[in-house]
Amino acid sequence: MSILIDRRTRLLVQGITGREGGFHAQQMLDYGTNVVAGVTPTKGGQRALGGAVPVFDTCAQAVAATGADTSVIFVPAGAAPDAILESLEAGIGTIFCITEHIPALDMLKVVAEVEARGARLVGPNCPGATTPGQAKVGIIPGSIHRPGRVGLVSRSGTLTYEVVQAMTDAGIGQSTCVGIGGDPISGSSFVDILELFRDDPETEGLVLIGEIGGSAEEEAAAWKARHLPDVPMVAFIAGRTAPPGRRMGHAGAIISGSGGTAEAKIASLEGAGIRVADSPTQIPRLLMEAGIRPG
Amino acid sequence: MKLHEYHAKSLLSHAGLPVPPYAVATTPAEARAQAVAFLDGGVGAVVVKAQVLVGGRGKAGGVKLAHSADEAETIAAAILGMDIKGITVRRVMVTPAATIVREMYLAAVLDRANQRILLMGAAEGGVEIETLAEEDPDAIVRVHAHPQLGLQPFQARQMAFALGLGEHLAQATAICRGLVDVMVGEDADLVEVNPLAIVREDGPDGPVERLALLDAKVTLDDSALRRHPGHEAMRDLDEEDPADTAARAAGLSFIRLDGDIGCMVNGAGLAMTTMDLVKRAGGEPANFLDIGGGARSDKVAEAMRLILSDPSVKAILVNIFGGIARGDEVARGLVEARAQQTRSVPLVVRIVGTNADLAARILHEAGGDIVTARTLDEAVERAVALAGQVAA
Repeated sequence: MSILIDRRTRLLVQGITGREGGFHAQQMLDYGTNVVAGVTPTKGGQRALGGAVPVFDTCAQAVAATGADTSVIFVPAGAAPDAILESLEAGIGTIFCITEHIPALDMLKVVAEVEARGARLVGPNCPGATTPGQAKVGIIPGSIHRPGRVGLVSRSGTLTYEVVQAMTDAGIGQSTCVGIGGDPISGSSFVDILELFRDDPETEGLVLIGEIGGSAEEEAAAWKARHLPDVPMVAFIAGRTAPPGRRMGHAGAIISGSGGTAEAKIASLEGAGIRVADSPTQIPRLLMEAGIRPG
Repeated sequence: MKLHEYHAKSLLSHAGLPVPPYAVATTPAEARAQAVAFLDGGVGAVVVKAQVLVGGRGKAGGVKLAHSADEAETIAAAILGMDIKGITVRRVMVTPAATIVREMYLAAVLDRANQRILLMGAAEGGVEIETLAEEDPDAIVRVHAHPQLGLQPFQARQMAFALGLGEHLAQATAICRGLVDVMVGEDADLVEVNPLAIVREDGPDGPVERLALLDAKVTLDDSALRRHPGHEAMRDLDEEDPADTAARAAGLSFIRLDGDIGCMVNGAGLAMTTMDLVKRAGGEPANFLDIGGGARSDKVAEAMRLILSDPSVKAILVNIFGGIARGDEVARGLVEARAQQTRSVPLVVRIVGTNADLAARILHEAGGDIVTARTLDEAVERAVALAGQVAA
């Protein structure tokens, strides 16, 4: 099993004829993802990815013609909130938004609308998700994965790749890897994704990759202690040496006042019985010490 | 982007909120003329305030009261050019001194945990809100604006009554709604008034009390700057490290630090992790630098120039996990920058992921003294060792 996406996922790519959208749609298709449609206004009727995928003008047309149930968004920041709302309106239940630099106040309204409709949004400014061997949605390189039983959730992009690669090298496979993104306002929190992993009988262990800023890691720690006390879990926090008051790339990664420091997050995680690695390469060993066997 | 007090006050004043009059001076003579105008208008004293983007200017002596034009000029002369936390003061605000009856705190902030705009108030003002949040969290009143409907009048009244402003209800609710309106209208992530004050003024029928915004802080959402063309003019390039300005122009996310190992990484989380590992291995990172996804070779070359512009850099560590970013583009940029650079600094490169094999070939063919590493741990160790050798 897995969460969010699997081999039955019917994926719609919004912005499929763009440079990024086209490149990554091809990568997703090559990985074996069931890419059923693309949307680019005014390009309806064309076919993308060497003729493999039909393109539609609107999400509603794409859903009606192909039964798409999941979408991934590669359109520019100015158009991305609208793209999320359009796929919601078309009845898509799971939306991944890869686009970065969307104004926070736009996301505030969009996230409220997603919640009101009972849909799920991952991102924005996220790398997407992979269920190894079944489907990949977004921009995570497919080659780093290995199918297995550890679920991973991360606020980061390339740091996630680093950790996944280390796990795969050590023979520890993944059930699903999810990047939730580094923006202050986003669709899914750590806890939202951990709840999905809780309900997945084949996820036996968990990895959480956090970073400085906000309080999402602390909330995840408290949730884990309460709901999954016996599941092996390992974490890593980026930004131990980051200076306070400076925004470290991600809009969300900033230590303000006494809040959001790596120390506070590590203390909460350890207090919840979660081992915290000093380096991404330590994560496989800590997982094995916590009882996870390779495979 | 942080705004100066005078820019913050101008946004609030344009929104119709009660900001006392102010003027901005860059010379003591200018400050004197402004003080004369206020004093001639019947004001008893003026406050001269340093305009810098760092906190704690009061404690640093950057805020002073003047009772005469001479005094205002002398104080302005002392404050202009003053160093506050490494920032040279280039402007002062001159504003009438208020007779304060009571100070409060009021701010609209982006509440990440609840994904709402939060209006936050405290009946006791002039304090650090972070300190108050830790020592007496119940003293902070919190009201969340609806994400689509906005702040409702009843919520503004709720805040006004909680701050003990029943006698100033109309003005207080207008200020509450105004802060949220400014936040939404300008795409700010913080609009803070500290202190919001009840001030006593002479009216035609004797003294009257009313509310005034005595200090203001606004931070804008960088992602929304493109839809507010006027906002860029409020950026203070004088207070910015020239390296920051160059980084922004090149689309790089760069922060200068105190160490001697320059770091070039793709992705913010991985960039922070690389810094953390350098420190753990006994080195000191010279910077945070995220070249972003899809970086082309010219961007990489610009990143290299930025790192080398810091004379304390003794070694450079490049860590790229290719996804959107292609290893060969990065390698080409590195080779190009290497050919142009005037200063020879050991370079350790680790490129994995998309087109890593092509990258390895490009680096190998370029020859020279580029050190390559396979793992992040190995790359960090070698960079720290090389920086140490240079130092010795």
